[in-house]
Amino acid sequence: MADTGEGKKEEADYKRLHSFPLIRHSDMPEEMRVEAMKLCVTACKKYSTNNESAAKMIKEMMDKKFGSSWHVVIGEAFGFEITYEVKNLLYMFFGGNLAVCVWKCS
Amino acid sequence: ELKEEFTRVLTANNPHAPQNIVRYSFKERTYKPISHVDQMAIHFTLNGNLVPKDSDEGRRQCARLSITSEKAPVETSAIPSEEAEIKDEESRGDTQAAGKEEAEESGTAEAAEAAEEEESPAPRVKEQKLANQFNFIERASMTLSNPMQERACQTEPTPRKSLSAYANQWIIYDAYVEEIQKQEMSKEKEKTKAPIAKREAVKKKGRKPTSLESQSDDITKISKAAKIIERMVNQNTFDDIAQDFKYFEDASDEYRGQQGTLLPLWKFQYDKTKSLAVTAISWNPKYKDLFAVGYGSYDFTKQGQGMIVLYTMKNPSFPEYVFSSESGIMCLDFHNDHPHLMAVGFYDGNVAIYNLKKSTSQPSYRSSAKAGKHTEPVWQVKWQKDDMENNLNFFSVSSDGRIVSWTLVKNELVHTDVIKLSAEGTTMQWPEGLQLQMLGCGTSFDFHKKIDNLFLVGTEEGKIYKCSKSYSSQFLDVFEAHQMAVDSVSWNPYHLKVFISCSSDWTVKIWDHTIKTPMFVYDLRSAVGDVAWSPYSSTVFAAVTTDGK
Repeated sequence: MADTGEGKKEEADYKRLHSFPLIRHSDMPEEMRVEAMKLCVTACKKYSTNNESAAKMIKEMMDKKFGSSWHVVIGEAFGFEITYEVKNLLYMFFGGNLAVCVWKCS
Repeated sequence: ELKEEFTRVLTANNPHAPQNIVRYSFKERTYKPISHVDQMAIHFTLNGNLVPKDSDEGRRQCARLSITSEKAPVETSAIPSEEAEIKDEESRGDTQAAGKEEAEESGTAEAAEAAEEEESPAPRVKEQKLANQFNFIERASMTLSNPMQERACQTEPTPRKSLSAYANQWIIYDAYVEEIQKQEMSKEKEKTKAPIAKREAVKKKGRKPTSLESQSDDITKISKAAKIIERMVNQNTFDDIAQDFKYFEDASDEYRGQQGTLLPLWKFQYDKTKSLAVTAISWNPKYKDLFAVGYGSYDFTKQGQGMIVLYTMKNPSFPEYVFSSESGIMCLDFHNDHPHLMAVGFYDGNVAIYNLKKSTSQPSYRSSAKAGKHTEPVWQVKWQKDDMENNLNFFSVSSDGRIVSWTLVKNELVHTDVIKLSAEGTTMQWPEGLQLQMLGCGTSFDFHKKIDNLFLVGTEEGKIYKCSKSYSSQFLDVFEAHQMAVDSVSWNPYHLKVFISCSSDWTVKIWDHTIKTPMFVYDLRSAVGDVAWSPYSSTVFAAVTTDGK
């Protein structure tokens, strides 16, 4: 019981410590990056149970703000190989276990 | 040479056609050249209106033509039955059916035959007649159409790159752990950096601090290291001069008797001050290697900008700080206790305080026309001890005859006239009996080292006034010192009663302030610009003259 109690505390700690948005790879100019990051965090928090709606929200907002044909992938375990327009890529982790990849390619 | 033969070749190529056209192929993601370029040049186009016989339009037209050709022979035969036609026409009116009947009705055999023949030409003739009846005339026109020109353009395709990565739970976890570790490391480094910065000695190997943040932070972190490296490079270049600075001892001094040797060590130059004259120099009381130079112009007609440039002896090739102002600088003074504050006097009569800690190039506080600035150039400023409310204050003397004390109260410079230099014996008498006081022009002053209230003022008329801060209208004493303007006065730091004065009348005089006549007079055979006591010996002083000695 003590072990599981500790395990739970660790998990809670880990979740708290590791939930900040961490940029893994980014190719965007500074202000664009900050905006995209904020947008992703908002969307993931809002649709924490439904990745599809979160991705939809992100994609539509990015299309509106920065031009057509953005692509968004949200998930916990996936591999990818994409072609993107230079200076329009953001790949970040969030929430301890979510990975978000946002890129533009028309 | 005239017999040289030139060959000319006639080719079928279009000289205006491009020789190599490249098209971007999306399939292959590259630019590919087109193998064959169209060489046809079109000089003239005219759209024709020939229609092939077999097509729909052609057939229609043929039918129409044949009808009209049939009409022609029929008409000739119908001439005799013209009368009948006319008759028919009149009687028929609109409908053809009625006409047919009437034709039959009118009938003799001939008439009937003619009428039968008439039937076929009749409706056609009727058409014609009808047309004429309503007076339709065909009229057509066509506007000029602009000739067409072909134009094509192709944009560059947007640059693309590809990325491949793998997102997995353990990858995410690892990334987070790494990030947290980095953050902790950077926090530790900041803590250790702070004490090191305080203990920083001048000579330190240029350590490039590792930058953990994004690229924009690199430049600011390197600037500090770059500064240290610049100083090191300069010291290495001027190493022998630095040695001379510390240990210069010329053995030949012993043999030269009266003359010593003066070795110029460094020359400090700065491009932007090339046209300006150096008007003031002052050492910083705390940082022994830092000194400030004021630039301006003594010439009345050539007033331009002023600059304050601070150099350090550790870096003789470029100034540390530069401030510029609209008016030439005449004098400056560092505060003893606050070495980052400098009081500055301008040619246009303003005074200002510059704060070296702030990175702006504007003075922190500045006097203005309504805040009692001088109306003449300010020749000297000097800091005083803080007054009773712990406000900074300094004095300034200027050619408008006022000595003003400026106090820094609540971020503003407040001025108080300490004393007005009235030139004695020159009060003029107006007819109405008014008395105007002529003001003398102050050129320099100095405060007594021990007795704070006591100070001396030198004027352009050659008089030296001994004044006290507590009496604002009366002088304690007047010395008829020189024939021309007094350029500088200075108390002896060790003999408290003694002061020295120099003037443009070629003399330097040493006085005891209780005695009216000078104790010593030195005639230097040219106008003396400035004189100063040596800080370590009570009997040594230095003087400079306008002929450069």
